[in-house]
Amino acid sequence: MAPYESDDSTTAGEADDLRAGRRKAARYVVPVAVVGVAAATIGLVPALADSGDPNLPKISAQQLIDKIAKSDVQQMSGTVKITTDLGLPNLGGLESSLTSGAGKSGDGSSADPTSKLTELATGTHTLRVAADGQDRQKLSLLENAAEYSIIHNGKDVWGYDSQSNEVYHSTGPAGAAKQRKEDVPATPQGLTKDALKSVDDTTSVTVEGTAQVAGRDAYRLVIKPKQSGSTVGQITVAVDSKTGLPLKFTLTPASGGAAVIDAGFTQVSFAAPSASTFHFTPPKGAKVTEDKQGDHAKGHFEGGPKADHKAGKFPGRPGKSDEGPGKGLDGLNVLGKGWSSIATFDTGGKGIPSGSKAGGQFGGFLDSLGDKVSGKFGSGTVFKTRLINALITDKGKVYVGAVTKDALVKAANAG
Amino acid sequence: MSQAEAAGSLRAPRLLWTFGLLRSELLTTFRRWRTIALLAVLAGVPILVGIAVKIETSGGSSVGEGRGGGGGPAFISQITNNGLFLVFTALAATLPFFLPMAIGVIAGDAIAGEANSGTLRYLLVAPAGRTRLLLTKYATVMAFCLVATLVVAVSALTVGAILFPLGELTTISGTQISFTEGLGRALLIALIVAVSLIGVAALGLFVSTLTSSGIAAMATTVGLLITIQILDQIPQLHAIQPYFFSHYWLSFADLMRDPVYWDDLVKNLEIQALYAAVFGSAAWARFTAKDITA
Repeated sequence: MAPYESDDSTTAGEADDLRAGRRKAARYVVPVAVVGVAAATIGLVPALADSGDPNLPKISAQQLIDKIAKSDVQQMSGTVKITTDLGLPNLGGLESSLTSGAGKSGDGSSADPTSKLTELATGTHTLRVAADGQDRQKLSLLENAAEYSIIHNGKDVWGYDSQSNEVYHSTGPAGAAKQRKEDVPATPQGLTKDALKSVDDTTSVTVEGTAQVAGRDAYRLVIKPKQSGSTVGQITVAVDSKTGLPLKFTLTPASGGAAVIDAGFTQVSFAAPSASTFHFTPPKGAKVTEDKQGDHAKGHFEGGPKADHKAGKFPGRPGKSDEGPGKGLDGLNVLGKGWSSIATFDTGGKGIPSGSKAGGQFGGFLDSLGDKVSGKFGSGTVFKTRLINALITDKGKVYVGAVTKDALVKAANAG
Repeated sequence: MSQAEAAGSLRAPRLLWTFGLLRSELLTTFRRWRTIALLAVLAGVPILVGIAVKIETSGGSSVGEGRGGGGGPAFISQITNNGLFLVFTALAATLPFFLPMAIGVIAGDAIAGEANSGTLRYLLVAPAGRTRLLLTKYATVMAFCLVATLVVAVSALTVGAILFPLGELTTISGTQISFTEGLGRALLIALIVAVSLIGVAALGLFVSTLTSSGIAAMATTVGLLITIQILDQIPQLHAIQPYFFSHYWLSFADLMRDPVYWDDLVKNLEIQALYAAVFGSAAWARFTAKDITA
């Protein structure tokens, strides 16, 4: 079409214009169709890719638990996606700066495992795990254009933070390796092991169907507290049908809604990872922090944010708002048993000062986070998350557990 | 003369003509002073970063010390150990704004600039066809994407080699790779960065077909770019953010993991292909149907 073709203004030309106009409009169908196809692909492909639950031979809950216990996967590598939603007030950057600040004051290295693994307590993170035998493991936390890796090779444990180019090094006895591997938190294995520890007569454990996780056929093990008053709705573990390795761990709260913890492999391989994966030499110019205490690293691993449901609290979150700040945990008692057990201790102080008494903005800030309750015990403040609730009375007693607010008040009234 | 021969002899000159058009477009674009100035600015960024890091660390301290670490663009703390990291830092520093802005200028100018200066009608008088002209323009913009990225990378590599040591490098996963492999990864990263700009290029070309003012097209493209970059920072919009063309840009850093983490890289390529398809076809629909008055 020449540039001035449409200048023709005869009757025939007008009819042509109309037809040409329609033809012009029809061209816009192409981009619209592309958008449509893309939207359909995004919507439909996951649904089509879901090939349904696999058919696996029946297995009893006890057999499955035995399978997990016997599981001895020595060589594997994979990617784990973990999402934690404790329903904490969204403090945005404030919380992470508090956390990193706390880590910094420790020994001044951002490559210290403690400060890094605490970050897992909120949000969605991608981890990579690799293992080759008992002496060589690697756990990497993928960040934006950076990565934090813990590499265990023989008696060396290295922590490398690529963002700040800092290295943390500790040496431990080679024998501690097996134990350490099991203690690595945040992986489906670690979480499942903790959850299975709490299985007793207050728990129902069933096998409910099968699922496909990271392209592997898996059984779904469902763990449910029998007692009322627990905030834990149920725990679902997808267990690999061949190796018995837990592939996905989901904890849903009794109140419903999104899972509190959802950790699962998105990709897993049982081939031996390449040897270079576990080989680490500090890069030139990196700041290396040596840890003199041999067993220190193990303690760091245990201090990670693993869900210790039995005690009903997260050791990795030393209760920024849950417990009296800076107070020791002397005189810790556990009331009740099983899932609705409540930990209680006396801070010996006056509890959380209320806004008016404390003066300043901090008191008011604390009040805004909690609910005021009163009962036979006097009055106090309940701090709620979606999993863990804590009651701090004005007399300074603290009740913490994975139980509802009512159960906490009942326990306080009884005590 | 058989029919096939006739068709062949007809097609050959037309194909040659397409390359002739592309060559003349490339020459026109890269000979413009503003293109050369844009490339000079892009080449200057790694020089500035390199000198700044050199001065800050000349006293033996490491980058970002006393500021809690983690400040500045990605990989900046590793530059002093290995000059090759300056390539990654420079690309990470220029990718959010400098590079796409330069692309926006070239792409926005592609059609609207010709219309503005009154040369578009002469291009169309030649028997090239509008579709082919548009494809040539898009190919030119993509060539500019590649050249601009390579200019940044080569400038960064040169500055890095002069100011800092080179050698084996540590990936962000903590494993070591040889310098040759590192160089290979740097080239791959440069290519990925260039491909990351395809989406903006298609968007700019579409905007360019909407107006006959070159300045308006450039301003709209760059304005859209800035808007998207800001929206990408707002956490409440996380549901739609994966569909922004810039959302996975920094995933090129995943090539420095060992083993490489492909998930986000693949998503980035998919989103760029989607933008190229949608806005490329929209530009085609607009350009082939519009009245050219200038």
